[in-house]
Amino acid sequence: MRNRSFIEYALPVFGYVAVIVLAAIVFTVFGEGIPLFHKYSVVKFLTGKVWRPTASLPKFGSVPLLVSTLIVSGIAMLFAVPLGVATALYIAKLASETTKDILKPLIELLASIPSVVYGFFGIVFVAPLVQKIFRLPVGQTGFTAGIILAFMSLPTIASISEDAITSVPSGLELASFGLGASKFETLIHIVIPAAMPGIITAISLGFGRAVGETMTVLMVAGGALGMPHSIFSPMRPITATIAAEMGETPVGSLHYHALFALAAELFVIVVLFNIVAEYYHKKFSARGN
Amino acid sequence: MKKVKYVLVVLSVALIFMMAGCGGNRGENSEKSIVLNGSTTVFPIAQRAAEEFMNLHSDVNVSVRGTGSGNGIAALINGTCDIADASRPMKDEEIKKAKENGVNPVSTVIAKDAIAIIVNKDNPIKSITKEQLKEIYTGQITNWKELGGADMKIVPVTRDSSSGTFEIFEEKILGKGTEMISSAVVQGSNQAVKTTVSKTPGAVGYIGLGYVDSTVKTVAFDGVLPSKESVLNGTYEISRPLFMYTDGVPKGVVKEFIDFVMSPEGQKIVEEVGYIAVKPVK
Repeated sequence: MRNRSFIEYALPVFGYVAVIVLAAIVFTVFGEGIPLFHKYSVVKFLTGKVWRPTASLPKFGSVPLLVSTLIVSGIAMLFAVPLGVATALYIAKLASETTKDILKPLIELLASIPSVVYGFFGIVFVAPLVQKIFRLPVGQTGFTAGIILAFMSLPTIASISEDAITSVPSGLELASFGLGASKFETLIHIVIPAAMPGIITAISLGFGRAVGETMTVLMVAGGALGMPHSIFSPMRPITATIAAEMGETPVGSLHYHALFALAAELFVIVVLFNIVAEYYHKKFSARGN
Repeated sequence: MKKVKYVLVVLSVALIFMMAGCGGNRGENSEKSIVLNGSTTVFPIAQRAAEEFMNLHSDVNVSVRGTGSGNGIAALINGTCDIADASRPMKDEEIKKAKENGVNPVSTVIAKDAIAIIVNKDNPIKSITKEQLKEIYTGQITNWKELGGADMKIVPVTRDSSSGTFEIFEEKILGKGTEMISSAVVQGSNQAVKTTVSKTPGAVGYIGLGYVDSTVKTVAFDGVLPSKESVLNGTYEISRPLFMYTDGVPKGVVKEFIDFVMSPEGQKIVEEVGYIAVKPVK
């Protein structure tokens, strides 16, 4: 009995560790980011189109970096969501037990490959391919990074969607078959809507992975600082900017605070996205009931 | 009783955090240790020197991290490293910050580095002038045709604006205050610049001499190829000293380490990893 009560009291503490760490991160990021705005206008930071942090008259316009982040993760989602959900449907409903037992661990293995390996694969293999196919002067573009990020977020989306689809009560499906619906009709009209809350969670986690990924975009997106002309130009998302510049920036300088301000901006975007996802999650859950 | 247990759990969690925090606090231990942190350019020298030094002094533990000159200097100022490796001199604001923290940075030039201008192996260009390079990186020259090469778009590749290698390139080629074109491809390390240039037919880039290998082609700059002779006699213009910074004049085991780097054996390591020795080599 003593042991049980100890665990009972210990577990909540461990549960709150994540919250404490999150609070510490938010506190640090905003605490180090806000000093930028004592000397540099918030409006210029949020709407400026030029990022020139080390010029004699530094400019900290975050728009091109933000646009790059949105392009790269948008492309990633464009490929990863249909592919991930289709993979999940196949594994959950169509594949044989044996195929499932082989395919699912293999897809999950994709998630455990270190991002620097993805980045290297991108530079050496994908970028030259993109360059040849689209006849570009350089293969390191936002599009290239988006493709690789799609494969990095695929396992998250596929695996969680698959869990959601598998946990749809079989009674629903049987009822649908009973009403004369085909297997395909049942998938589209019954199974997917019923699994929707889980699929939305999968998408929002996959999006988080794509937006936050640093090493790969640093290596593959091309890193050009200007406003991207198209999805096929080299560009530099927010995470890559922070990673590239933090190492050599004097601690406490305006540039240092600007990098934290960028991190804060990214944090706000991810939180907003999660709020939207949560809204749809709730909406579909309610409908399911 | 239950309250007591709760407090105990909180305390033990706090203790774990405190123990983790103690990692950065290094005093005089029975085992002597040296911590180096800083420039990725200096890293290959520091790493090899640390290994050789530990072979000679089995009682000393040397750890080396390559996190960038700025990080290394920040670590020296915070007292979390003994030696900061840097590929650029400390900036005024960093020196000011160090003084505020009671740290007195002293520099030792351990090697020289030349920055090689590289192009894709298939590019027929053999030589480039300072003026041409400046015009490429400011967007006035955009096709290799204009330099007598093939009809191919030039893809300038650069380092991120806070790297030491970038700063030397900016200072010696562009001139302070001249802005590089924003469409230049930016890479985070010497290695990545080299890989990009080797995979992109129209690319031109610049990397530390130590990183040059047969996957790319080094072009002559103002008619001079980078080499030990051309750097030391000053005819090759894009070169820079590499530093190790210590708090005050090096003493004790730190002095022994720096002396080792400056010794003929240490300087031989400098040459073996591709940089230029500043003292006689064994």
